[in-house]
Amino acid sequence: MIIRSLFFATYRDLAGHEELAVELPSGARVADLVGSLRARGGGLSRLPESPVVAVNMDYAPLATVLADGDEVAFIPPVAGG
Amino acid sequence: MDGNLTLVTEDPIDPARMLSGALSPADGAALLFWGVVRQENDGRAVSQLEYSAYAPMAEREMLRIADEARERFGTGAIQVVHRVGRLRIGEASVAIAVASPHRAEAYEASRYVIEQLKQRVPVWKREGYVDGETEWVPGFTPVAEAAR
Repeated sequence: MIIRSLFFATYRDLAGHEELAVELPSGARVADLVGSLRARGGGLSRLPESPVVAVNMDYAPLATVLADGDEVAFIPPVAGG
Repeated sequence: MDGNLTLVTEDPIDPARMLSGALSPADGAALLFWGVVRQENDGRAVSQLEYSAYAPMAEREMLRIADEARERFGTGAIQVVHRVGRLRIGEASVAIAVASPHRAEAYEASRYVIEQLKQRVPVWKREGYVDGETEWVPGFTPVAEAAR
């Protein structure tokens, strides 16, 4: 299945992209996506092991099981206002 | 909730439009929180700020916060607008309009919205300093929904 990964602010600087499509086996969880991204090397190896993520625009724990086409956003500490 | 409205925009915020948009005949007051870019942060002279957002989620999260505030404090409609892009000193980055039958609830709800916004809404800012450097401003780590 394909997961759409989105990166913002400092994580975008690490990734060098706003968006990456990642192929994962079905049944994979958010934690597997994080592991797969960190294993790519480059700046993404500096992605935290337990980053805050949103799955389809809702904050979600790392144990969340993903489905094909899910949008997973990596959310560094927020600084709005 | 009916009447609550949130927006992430590159355009300057129009406070009058927000206040009149929030008000209904049941209300006796409308309160505006107007957050602006200031000239100094942590002792460094700021020349400009650039905000970015995960806009669709930011709008959704701000709406959730507005709904919570309205339910918790029993106000009328609440509008929240966050600006993105480059802002100069004195320009508004965020505005919150709370309409309410009575003033006390409006003050409480407005405070709730800005505090929650700073902790949960996916918006980031990069400061540009007078010396030409830029830096992402350290922020709050949001807590996953399930743990709230």
